[in-house]
Amino acid sequence: MIAKLTSSERQTAVVIVLLVAIAGIAMAAAGRNAPLGVHGLVVILFAGALLYSLLSAFYAPEPTEEREESYYDDPIKVGIVLAMAWALFGMFMGVWIAAQLAWPNLVFDAAWSTFGRLRPTHTTGVIFGFGGNALIATSFHVVQRTSRARLAGQISPWFVLFGFNLFCVLAVSGYLIGITQSKEYAEPEWYADLWLVVVWVTYFLLYIRTLARRKEPHIYVANWYFMAFILVVAILHIVNNLALPISWGSAKSYTIWPGVQDAMVQWWYGHNAVAFFLTAGFLGMLYYYLPVRAGRPIFSYRLSILSFWGITFFYMWAGSHHLHYTALPQWVQTLGMTFSVMLLVPSWASAGNALLTLNGAWHKVRDDATLRFMMAAAVFYGISTFEGSFLAIRPVNALSHYTDWTVGHVHAGALGWVALISFGSIYTLVPSLWKRERMYSPALIEWHFWLAIAGTLVYVFAMWNSGILQGLMWRTYTEEGSLAYSFLDTLVAMYPYYIARTLGGFLFFAGTAIGCYNIWMTIRLVPATVVSEADLPATRAAPAGE
Amino acid sequence: MDLDYDTLVAFSKSWGLFYLMGFFLCVVVYAFWPSNRKHFTRAKTSILDQDDKPWR
Repeated sequence: MIAKLTSSERQTAVVIVLLVAIAGIAMAAAGRNAPLGVHGLVVILFAGALLYSLLSAFYAPEPTEEREESYYDDPIKVGIVLAMAWALFGMFMGVWIAAQLAWPNLVFDAAWSTFGRLRPTHTTGVIFGFGGNALIATSFHVVQRTSRARLAGQISPWFVLFGFNLFCVLAVSGYLIGITQSKEYAEPEWYADLWLVVVWVTYFLLYIRTLARRKEPHIYVANWYFMAFILVVAILHIVNNLALPISWGSAKSYTIWPGVQDAMVQWWYGHNAVAFFLTAGFLGMLYYYLPVRAGRPIFSYRLSILSFWGITFFYMWAGSHHLHYTALPQWVQTLGMTFSVMLLVPSWASAGNALLTLNGAWHKVRDDATLRFMMAAAVFYGISTFEGSFLAIRPVNALSHYTDWTVGHVHAGALGWVALISFGSIYTLVPSLWKRERMYSPALIEWHFWLAIAGTLVYVFAMWNSGILQGLMWRTYTEEGSLAYSFLDTLVAMYPYYIARTLGGFLFFAGTAIGCYNIWMTIRLVPATVVSEADLPATRAAPAGE
Repeated sequence: MDLDYDTLVAFSKSWGLFYLMGFFLCVVVYAFWPSNRKHFTRAKTSILDQDDKPWR
């Protein structure tokens, strides 16, 4: 890693890490024994670990080869390993909290392990830890290959990757000690949010500067989706997290948005986080890795452009469907509902485009579990976007909202679409990045695939049953006009579904664990591909053990 | 002029629609413009050429 940096770049990296460490010391000093002080310590330890690895290779020989002759793949490799590690952590937490709902004793009587604190560690772990690292890694890969240019920076890719992971570590460790600003998918407090702005702006500049170096005349559509992801997430993050800390020595802050505006801003953010974090970037993966793996160009490039602008412009307005029957003006609710229904058109255009690309390659889908991951992801994308449009309709929402149906819908998208397309992309990437002939075991990819499909289906069907049952019980009246069921009655009715959901989540988690093992063994054991003469740099400079 | 809630609502309900339709037309024209076809065809097939070095 560090051997690929020149000595002046190593110095710059040390300075950056020292600045981060100083910020950590300032946080620890200002926060003292308060939660902010604990986070100061976390920042110091994180910077210290990076500083240690930088300094231990500080006097290693400088790179002698022309770096512009090769793609910059080291940050991508680290990003993929981090993504899989976060997947293990986040999905384990998911299984744990699912089990807590069925068996409350699994809280073990501690404050840090209550459902309310562990739930955001699951959502942050899988969305930002797993999804975010997978997005950063694949976006670095796709932008280089489709532009036929090396990343426009030597340190900035590392800054983006480690800076983002510092944000995730601050987020997850904060929840356990009770730090949260109570905004869904935006729980981290003001200092972590400010840090993410710095990281994200660097990411945006790096991406756009790499595109500016491109040798291809046209910017391939996958990059459009990645750009939309980076740009819009920056806007959403800044607007939603505008807040004032109660003092410089406190982790606690209050949002500047009052009342119903706060609710609207939160769900404008929340739904667009689904749109641009969990959809746009992953569509970028779909539009690159699926054609590459299938060996066929995308079915219709025009359609991919139309659906890109459709998704970008429609999603922006859909957030208010989270606030049906609230104090939000009726016309804003209707606007959100209408745009959500319209969203079905560009969403199905993308799903259909992906599936039609596979027309003529179905034998590959049958034989190659990696391609099948991506095919199944496109199918689940189609299903969950249909479900989403349906749930956004006000009378349907009256039944579904606040029930497990919503949870089932989210997981149909997150497990079936986001995770499956990521695994398909990662299985495509790993052998080519580490220059291996193939994955360690195709049979284990099959196991992973079927465990993931079984887990998703068990989970989603359990939540459909549970959610509709719950919604119907809540709205059942007796002849006297009072509610027929108490809240406790609904919990008893949902008990078997909670057990089924835990099982489904466990199956999915088991598949991920198998995937991690397979990737690890590929890196460790599978023989390297024979490199042709033309592919070698003039002088061998990279030391062994890279 | 007084920029109150009703003014903003009237603006978004009228011009909001027009600009979305206008934008849609621009995108359709771009996607179907005949001379863009060769760029698109090249873009979608060139990702399948996997060479592992940046171009100089």
